[in-house]
Amino acid sequence: MHLLGQLSWQAIPFDEPLPMIAGGVVLLCVVAVLLWVWLKGYVPYLWREWITSVDHKRIGVMYCALALVMLLRGFIDAIMMRTQQAMAFHAAGYLPASHFDQIFSAHGTIMIFFMAMPFMIGLMNLVVPLQLGVRDVAFPTLNSVSFWLTAAGALLVNLSLVIGSFSRTGWLPYPPLSELTYSPDVGVDYYCWAIEISGIGTLITGINFVTTILKLRAPGMHYTRMPMFCWTALASNLLIVAAFPILTVSLALLLLDRYAGFHFFTNLGGGNAMMFMNLIWAWGHPEVYILILPAFGVYSEVVSTFSGKPLFGYRSMVIATMAICLISFMVWLHHFFTMGAGADVNAFFGIASMIIAVPTGVKIFNWLFTMYGGRVRFSAAMLWSLGFMVSFVIGGMTGVMLAEPTADFELHNSLFLVAHFHNVIITGVLFGAFAGYSYWFPKAFGFVLDERLGKWAFWLWFIGFWVAWAPGYVLGLEGMTRRLQHYDVAAWRPWLLVAAVGVLIILAAIIVQVAQLVVSIRTRASRRDLTGDPWNGRNLEWSIASPPPPFNYAVLPHVENQEPYWDMKQRALEAGHLQTPEPAYGPIEMPRNSATGFVCAFFAVVTGFALIWRIWWLVALGLVGAYATFVRFAWRDVEEQVIPADEVARLERANRAARSQALAVLAERVPTP
Amino acid sequence: MATAAELNFTRPLHCLRPMLALAALALSGCDSWIERPAGPISSAERIIFLDTLAIMLLIVVPVIIAIIGFAWWFRASNERARHLPHWSFSGRIELVIWSIPALVVLFLGGIAWISAHDLDPGRSLASKRAPLEIDVVALDWKWLFIYPQQGVASVNRLVVPAGVPLRFRLTSATVWNAFWIPKLGSMLYCMYGMAGTLYLQADRPGVYHGLSAMISGDGFATMHFDTQALSDAQFQAWSVSARAAGPALDEPAYRALLKPSSEVSPYSYRSVMPHLFDAIVLQRLPPGPGGASKP
Repeated sequence: MHLLGQLSWQAIPFDEPLPMIAGGVVLLCVVAVLLWVWLKGYVPYLWREWITSVDHKRIGVMYCALALVMLLRGFIDAIMMRTQQAMAFHAAGYLPASHFDQIFSAHGTIMIFFMAMPFMIGLMNLVVPLQLGVRDVAFPTLNSVSFWLTAAGALLVNLSLVIGSFSRTGWLPYPPLSELTYSPDVGVDYYCWAIEISGIGTLITGINFVTTILKLRAPGMHYTRMPMFCWTALASNLLIVAAFPILTVSLALLLLDRYAGFHFFTNLGGGNAMMFMNLIWAWGHPEVYILILPAFGVYSEVVSTFSGKPLFGYRSMVIATMAICLISFMVWLHHFFTMGAGADVNAFFGIASMIIAVPTGVKIFNWLFTMYGGRVRFSAAMLWSLGFMVSFVIGGMTGVMLAEPTADFELHNSLFLVAHFHNVIITGVLFGAFAGYSYWFPKAFGFVLDERLGKWAFWLWFIGFWVAWAPGYVLGLEGMTRRLQHYDVAAWRPWLLVAAVGVLIILAAIIVQVAQLVVSIRTRASRRDLTGDPWNGRNLEWSIASPPPPFNYAVLPHVENQEPYWDMKQRALEAGHLQTPEPAYGPIEMPRNSATGFVCAFFAVVTGFALIWRIWWLVALGLVGAYATFVRFAWRDVEEQVIPADEVARLERANRAARSQALAVLAERVPTP
Repeated sequence: MATAAELNFTRPLHCLRPMLALAALALSGCDSWIERPAGPISSAERIIFLDTLAIMLLIVVPVIIAIIGFAWWFRASNERARHLPHWSFSGRIELVIWSIPALVVLFLGGIAWISAHDLDPGRSLASKRAPLEIDVVALDWKWLFIYPQQGVASVNRLVVPAGVPLRFRLTSATVWNAFWIPKLGSMLYCMYGMAGTLYLQADRPGVYHGLSAMISGDGFATMHFDTQALSDAQFQAWSVSARAAGPALDEPAYRALLKPSSEVSPYSYRSVMPHLFDAIVLQRLPPGPGGASKP
């Protein structure tokens, strides 16, 4: 047995210039950043304040940062696919099939697992405890473990760029193509282990947030007083808890086929690949609601705040959210009507899928009536929300059309389908993430993002999306299937050229977003949010300083209605001053920093990498290391640190001063009756 | 069988259809299934598609207009707009906004149930003509079409008579693929060890693009074929000429065909070993050995 398993110099594609250059550039960037951090002496700061932090706000920020970096990686894949298809008419293009197939597989994997998921989980981390009026999530150290395991998965996927190759079977590894016979290289193994590792992280997040939302709420925060974002986060995390084990097990069965000669899904030996389809989509369909539900929550917050009105039909929205949560588990078969399960089965799942459109439609109407009678302010966050509403109804419409089994027999796996899910994922999930990013950025960092560039980014994304994906709908109707490395049908060419222009517009949008971040950071002194409430918000997260102190709330708030901070502000405005007298501040116990997450993830990467390349001694070493980390954490003596009362009082007095200032600003803007 | 055109519940929407067809035409400007379907299945699926689109647009268009209209009218700077800062519930509105999507889905669900049964891929077509049997085998990376009644086979070219129901039996000798001729109608998965049944028909002579609609490895993009729909006489002539020339598809020839290859030019076999399709489906013959792809 080779000491390095299957790993050898041949794993590095020296003869393929594209991955070598791309990998080289990425490696150079990473080394440059690390060097800069080291030379500037930021390492102790990063270690203390970020890497070992168990503060939900810090973890939330790191999740979002990971998502933004992965968005860039996934988008580069998108540019490559669009340019390849624009060129590859009666021609080979510049990407051979073996490379093109890796790119669309990596694009889907990265965008769903390492961009959309971390973005949504990041926003939930940042906001949910603040909105619930509590000091952290239920299990802060596990939260850090979740994040670092997700990052570990992302690292493994990106390692495949230079060491070996990535999966070529699409973003879901359908057997028998993904079995050892038809995918003998390590690509599928990279995919499976990366998703297994990050999937465990996501499952822990789900457990953490379900516990947090069910068990840790400020006094008086009944279920019917929870902000809509918390409700959608609850629904999303319930789905994670129920669905992610299915993903883990499905991939584990596939791995057993690949590593141990089992026959769950193989062609021979009684394997049945149809079972994989059912299993993976029993996770896969809830997954899209895991992504979209928190986005719905963001829109609810944003539309309400920028219309200056409470959310319309709150209870109706709660029912709609939970209905989606439940029904999303009963529709998975619509992903493979064309397997030919029979008319009864197809019709049942078709109708079940359409039923989901009912609560979703109700949500759109409720946002619509939230604006009715309001004072709508067109901030960047609000533009993302409006762009979402307009685009999402079209995505929803094409979704219902695909749910019609008869129509699906002509639309399945065509670009019509691909256009549909980009329509709902980009204009639904991603626009929601961007709305949340603009909306809560000042809460996280204490300064507001540049609104002008933010609006530019929105319009470019919005136009770019439609230029890139409206042609997709047409191409689907013209009989173009997805994942074609080249084609000979002349009628497709013009639309693929238009789509390539669309992706360039989106490129411009992303450049503007990078510029927005850079400009905003450079001019942060002039864009400080001193009041903690830059948008005249309604929920508790705006009642504390931006950025919030480590303990969030010096004294846990007492919640008396659905919009506690709005109510507080109204009463204070009527009285002309902050009503509550200053409470007696006590010391606050907060969880200590822990390197457990980071060290766990380090060993997860080692183990994952060793498993991919079948370096068995390293697998053992990685597992022992992870177990030792667990033992070390379990035997910790001190788990909390105390923030003294003086420090609490000092921070909270500053916050109260800011609050009074915010009220003064408001009182000027809104003359009290 | 009833085509969707005969289903009475779709009648009220006839007036919308020319408009939608026009829109589709303007969009595509080419010979696609949505614009000019070439068989009864694709025609019926087109009608279902357009009806669903029309019904949904009846809701979607007003909603989009309302979103833009509400946002603009209730902009902060508009002094003339009503201001209802506390208005956040109306039982009547909730009733309406739950009812509208529910009724639409009830209606579309009815269409879904009936059409899913009428247009089930395995349901035979009403015709005076007896169906032509064609066995389809997806290979790495080419299509094998076996004509058991004619005793011939063809690779990467599907020749069929127009106006005759076609009864396809579909399988794969390797990874999954989806057999799809958009102009004729439904696609169906081809799976190893499984035989799917699909009825299609070409109403008029012509050449229709066929392809695989499920990623099957490195040669996937080359898995397309021309479907040549001929007149009866031409089809007879083709089958006679196919029997006269080309190699024989016996077991060694089939095992050679199993090996991965792409960009295979169409050719035909003058004879086919008996029960080849059944032997593949029943796994008496081994599956494809897999792509010789670079690790």
